[in-house]
Formats: sequence, C-alpha cells, structure tokens
Amino acid sequence: MNTLLTQNDTQRRDRMLTLGAAVIGLGLLFAFDSMFDRFTMQIFKLCAINVILALSLNLINGFTGLFSLGHAGFMAVGAYTCAILSMSPEQKEANFVLQPIMPVLLNVQMPFLPSLLIGGLLAGFIGWVLGVVTLRLRDDYLAIATLGFSEIIRVVLTNAQTITNGSLGLKGLPRFTTMWWAWGSAIVITLFLVLLIKSTYGRAFKSIRDNEIAAEAMGIDVLNMKVLSFTISSALAGIAGGLLAHYLTTIDPKQFIFLKTFDILLIVVLGGIGSITGSIVSAIVVTVLMEALRFLDGPLNLGFMVTNGIPGLRMVFFSALLMIVVIFRQQGLMGTAEFSWNSLARIGLLPKRGQKSGKGVE
Amino acid sequence: MSSLLQTIDVNKKFGGLSAVTSLNMDVGAGDIIGLIGPNGAGKTTSFNLITGVYTPTSGKVIFNGQDITGMKPHAITHLGVARTFQNIRLFKEMSVLENVLVAQHMRMGANIFEATLRLPSYLKKEKHVHERAYALLEEVDLVEHAHAKATSLSYGKQRRLEIARALATEPKLLFLDEPAAGMNPQESVELMDFILKIRDQFNLTIVLIEHHMQLVMGVCKRMYVLDYGVTIAHGTPEEIQKDPKVIEAYLGVE
Repeated sequence: MNTLLTQNDTQRRDRMLTLGAAVIGLGLLFAFDSMFDRFTMQIFKLCAINVILALSLNLINGFTGLFSLGHAGFMAVGAYTCAILSMSPEQKEANFVLQPIMPVLLNVQMPFLPSLLIGGLLAGFIGWVLGVVTLRLRDDYLAIATLGFSEIIRVVLTNAQTITNGSLGLKGLPRFTTMWWAWGSAIVITLFLVLLIKSTYGRAFKSIRDNEIAAEAMGIDVLNMKVLSFTISSALAGIAGGLLAHYLTTIDPKQFIFLKTFDILLIVVLGGIGSITGSIVSAIVVTVLMEALRFLDGPLNLGFMVTNGIPGLRMVFFSALLMIVVIFRQQGLMGTAEFSWNSLARIGLLPKRGQKSGKGVE
Repeated sequence: MSSLLQTIDVNKKFGGLSAVTSLNMDVGAGDIIGLIGPNGAGKTTSFNLITGVYTPTSGKVIFNGQDITGMKPHAITHLGVARTFQNIRLFKEMSVLENVLVAQHMRMGANIFEATLRLPSYLKKEKHVHERAYALLEEVDLVEHAHAKATSLSYGKQRRLEIARALATEPKLLFLDEPAAGMNPQESVELMDFILKIRDQFNLTIVLIEHHMQLVMGVCKRMYVLDYGVTIAHGTPEEIQKDPKVIEAYLGVE
C-alpha cells in the first residue's frame, strides 16, 4: 500500500514536472524568437532540422539495428518534392532556364504543410520499395546497398532536367521554415517517436536489434517490421529534407551526396545509438559547435605560428571527437538510456518524493 | 493417439553433409518427448527444421494437421510452436519484463496507429499483456527482477526467462533446447518438476533436448536417440537404456 502511494506521488510529480518543463520550453521558444538576431535564429532552426534527421536515422540504426546509409537520398526526395510542389509557376519558369519544367508540374502550387507531408510520404514510399528489396540483406551489405541507392537518387535528380532542373538546382524557394515550423515539427516528431518506441512496436524493433533469430522465433515478422521501421525513418527524413529546402531556400543535388548521411551519423553515434535523448542533445550540440568552431577555418594565431586559414579545419575537430568517442565511450553520450525525471531524482537533483512543482527545472 | 507433430522422412543436407537423415518423429498431444544423442548428432538441427529456421531438403513437417514445411519461423510460432535456445538468445538491451512483453506482440493484434496514438483499445491490450507478463514472471519466480536488464540475470535465471518468454507466445508445442545446461543437480531436479508443472498448467506438449540423463529419463514419456543425424532408437526410457545401439553411440564398443 505504501509503495503504491509513493508510486502515485512520483507519477504526480513527473506529470507536474513535465507540464512545467513544457511551459518553460514554450516560453523559451517565444523568448528566442524575439531575442535572437537572424543569424542565431538560422542556427537555432538548423538545430531542429538536425534533431529530426538524427532521430529518424536513430530509429533505423539505433532501435532496429539496421546499418542504413541512405538518409541523404530520402532527404533529397523530400526536399525536391516539397520545393517543386510549393513554388509558384513564375518561380519555376524563372528557375528552369535550360529546359522548361514538365507542364504537369508547372502549375502545381500548394501551401507548405501539404507539400511537406507529400514530400515525406513520397520519401516513405520510396523507402518502402527499397526496404522490401534490400532489407533481406544484413550488416555491411545493407549499408552498401542503401549507400548506393542514395547516390542513385542523386544521379537521377541531376539528370531529370525537366523535373528537378538538374545540377542547376532550385533557387529562391519561399522561406517557409520559420522557427515555429522547424521546432514544431521537431517536437511533434519527437513525441511521435517516443510513443512509437515505448509501444509494442518499439519493443518489436528493439528485439530485432538485440537478437533477430530469437525475435523471429517469438513470432515477430522480422522482415515486415524492418520494412515498417525503414519506411517511417525514410518518411521522417523526407520531412526534414523539405524543412531544410525551405530553410536554405536553395537546393541542388550536390547537397545530398552521401557525406550528408555521415554528418547525421556523427550526431547519432555521439549521442548514443538507441537513445532519443542522446540524439536530441547531440544534434543541438553538434549544430551549434559547427558554427561556433568556424573560427578554426579562418586565420589562426597560435602564438608561435600564424596560419592563414585552412578551410575545413573545424571538421578535423569532429573527426577527432568521433575517434575519441569510438575508442573511449562507444555507447556515446547516453548509450541506450533515456532522460526521465526519475534519473534526475536518482542523481540527487530532485527530491525523491513528489512535493516540488515544475518550477526551477529547465 | 492423436499426434500433434509429425515429421515424415525429413532430411537436411548442408552441402555434402547429411545433418539429419530420415527423421520420423511422432509427438502426441500432452506428451513430453526427449531428443538425445552425442554432440553433433543433429538434435538442434532437427529443432531448427521443425521451427522453420532451416527448410528441410526433403520430407514434411506436419503440425496440428497442417503442413508447415518451409514456413517462416514467425508463422510457425503463430500456429503455436515456441522454443528456447541452446545458447541463450535473450533480448540483451531490454528488461526482463520487456522480453516477455515482446513475445506477446504477435498475439496482441495491435495496429501501429492505435499503438502510437495510445487509443483506449490499445491501452486495454497493453494492460492485459502486462498482467500476463507479470503472471508468467511469477511462474518462473522472476518478478522481483522485472525491471533488470535481461543479461544481468544469472545463467539459471536467464534459462527460466527464456522459458517464460516462450510461454508468452501461447504455444501448444514447446521445444526446450538443453534447458538444464549449466544447472546444478538441485536446479535440475527443480526444473524437472517445473517442466511437468507447466505441461499441465498450460496444456503443453513438450519436446526437449537434454544431456542430463536423470532429467530426461525422469520426465520423458518417450524419447528419440540421434547419432550422426540418424535416428538410431526410439521408445520409452527403459527401452532406450537397454538398447545396445544407444550404448554403443554413447560409450563406444570394444
């Protein structure tokens, strides 16, 4: 009886804390929206997009245990679909200078939300087709197949001149991705994934990651589950691609080379393969560091020598960081652990029994 | 006697190696059947052939009147065949409770929308599988470890968890692959009682591979002896103990 009471107390405490944190979070978003200058705002929005990308890659790589490297391809599908659907006919005519756009696509113009969703659905559909074909493969073979696929997408985008404007890319996209769009999508997708992972489907995904043969013997339709996870992951990557397109306002096929996938993989590995919390924290930290360390690319005065600017030097920092993590802390920041109010209580940041409200917690 | 499982002339060849030759098993409902033989005799391969991990090179597997030859493992599990593994295959990163919950995924029949949106219909199912999972953990005496990581359990407890997980799939026929491996004599005796208990409680038919002769002879009604993939004997424990071929396979002859 006594333990039941404490459990209820803890539940009430957690609910208050979550509510408090949500209010504070919303307040912070409002504050940032009015406080930040345009440049800081851009970084802040990019954080949200990278959160979505990291989470979607983590679903397939971390929770389902499939080493997929096709993310850039799905982003490209989402980005192009969303861009083409939402641009006005005039903008399209201005863009397609070498060859005119297909007449069917010329006059299509939709608001941002449906374009974004259709981009996600199309990416999801392509993910489904690819999944049905390649998810019979395992480990490295799957990685190679998905990597190859991602490059195929890029080559198709480069050559489908009348649909994508080829290597000229699309310019002057409407700047739809506001802070609210970016973070709104990130929050909705995070909630969706948390609910999915904690449901029986999430358990099925994790069982495949932990032991495929046992999962199959316990009645899990492994191939179907893998395809499901892969499809969801691709669809979310497509949505992130759409947000990215209208954040950058310019897209071309070269942005979606396979190196883009490795940027996201870096975030996932640093945050912890199989942790939603880890991916979110890591996405924000890495995105901010990418900008904060920009001074490394410029001229550096090291006291004993002066360099005159080595472009790409900041990436060396991330390479080194990745190596250190892989050697000393393979599980990344969080491993497979997740944030919970209880874990805060355990390390003594919160009273163990629930008297305190959500105030004072960030 | 109505037979629940029949294998008719099942063969499995790996390249030039005949792992299993002419396996003809007949398992009646409610039986506890033993499968013994020296190492490498094809016992686990036989399990894998019946549960769909391998497809027989030739022959048929009939379960409950239905031909299940070549069906996928999960589909066979769906029909009511569960198993444990010789080398424990728990879901390592998941809790003890989650291990049992996963095994009920198939029977939950929850679609992804109701599951993700936490619709009342799903919450009801979720509550039900939790209750069942706790009941099963109670059965194998692991409730206190429900939230521990599966791999943090001791070896014997991991074996019990594997059985609980297999039971969670609601099987009619349960395959136990060396359930007593690594157990001390006391634990083995307890396991014997436990096997008899779950047989009656869950209306099971059990086929088990075991090297622990006391256990096999104690619980099994009939047994099959394999050697180099060939069934060299079958019958009651008494018959098997006297069979010269079995003695030869186990002890060798001068």
